[in-house]
Amino acid sequence: MKTNLYNYILELADNCLIGGQRLGELCGHGPSLETDIACTNISLDLFGQTRSYFQYAADIKGGDATEDSIAFLRYEREYKNVLLVEQPNRDFAYTIARQYLFDVFHLLLLEKLQFSQDMTLSAIAKKSIKEVSYHVRFSGDWVKRLGDGTEESHEKMQAAIDGLWTYTNELFEVTEEAKALAEQGIGVDVSKLKETYYQNVTSLLQEATLTVPESKYFQKGGKAGIHTEHMGYLLADMQYMQRAYPNMNW
Amino acid sequence: MEKNWPLWEIFVRSKNGLEHRHFGSLHAADAEMALENARDVYTRRSEGVSIWVVESKNITASNPENNGELFEPAQDKIYRHPTFYTLPDEIKHM
Repeated sequence: MKTNLYNYILELADNCLIGGQRLGELCGHGPSLETDIACTNISLDLFGQTRSYFQYAADIKGGDATEDSIAFLRYEREYKNVLLVEQPNRDFAYTIARQYLFDVFHLLLLEKLQFSQDMTLSAIAKKSIKEVSYHVRFSGDWVKRLGDGTEESHEKMQAAIDGLWTYTNELFEVTEEAKALAEQGIGVDVSKLKETYYQNVTSLLQEATLTVPESKYFQKGGKAGIHTEHMGYLLADMQYMQRAYPNMNW
Repeated sequence: MEKNWPLWEIFVRSKNGLEHRHFGSLHAADAEMALENARDVYTRRSEGVSIWVVESKNITASNPENNGELFEPAQDKIYRHPTFYTLPDEIKHM
């Protein structure tokens, strides 16, 4: 089995899976019908991308692995998503900030991944770019609206950006498998996206009349499977059906 | 500031060549948000190729109370329908 490639696919896909699960929690609970359905649409886009990645990963792993077993039957330490995407929906500003801080990175990543030497990864990236371009537009617009809105919305948006900023640097951490695959032209060296990322984010935050946090202390660990305390609850919720009724289907 | 966002009417063209049809209404703070919301609420099952949004307050509607004077006079003027001509059999597709 191509272990590096398998692990790298999980690293890409788990961000979509866990971020999608967080957005999916808003189904029926969004602040308005319109934003509720927008967030769950984005969630479905991310699940669609996750499925493509996991189907590929299941092929590589072989045996009785399926997209479902990879999604639902791993332990917490085996998930490789960044800490950012597992952060809870404290309020709508948090949801939007988390989404925006991830979307900008996600688009930069896919724009490079589409040129991967691996045809499947390249195809998934090409298809996803259109979806993710809309995600950035949606979340970015909302950061501007809330940041440059009322006094209350500004405060909440700033609090959310301040609260999540500490998770941004991990996006650019290069794992061993990503490094090896980047050298073969299959993976993306995410450390090279960092400068553009912070430029893009800074310019939008300024437009939104928000202050760019100056904190230099950053959290990490997600890519190595060491998650925040929120992850266990998320997985309990997400995995419940498959754990309670193994192999169940709709 | 008003607590509720204004209401918008959404028109979607489902295919090129067809006219925009009224799909429904939704709330949004401005036209740009109305377009994004319409995209998410009404075209998520690929129903459309083009969207128009119009703030509902800009639509002037006829008053149902005036239906009598507006529409009833046409009801007894059946001669306005071209149903009194006998068409020769040779003419098809009329």
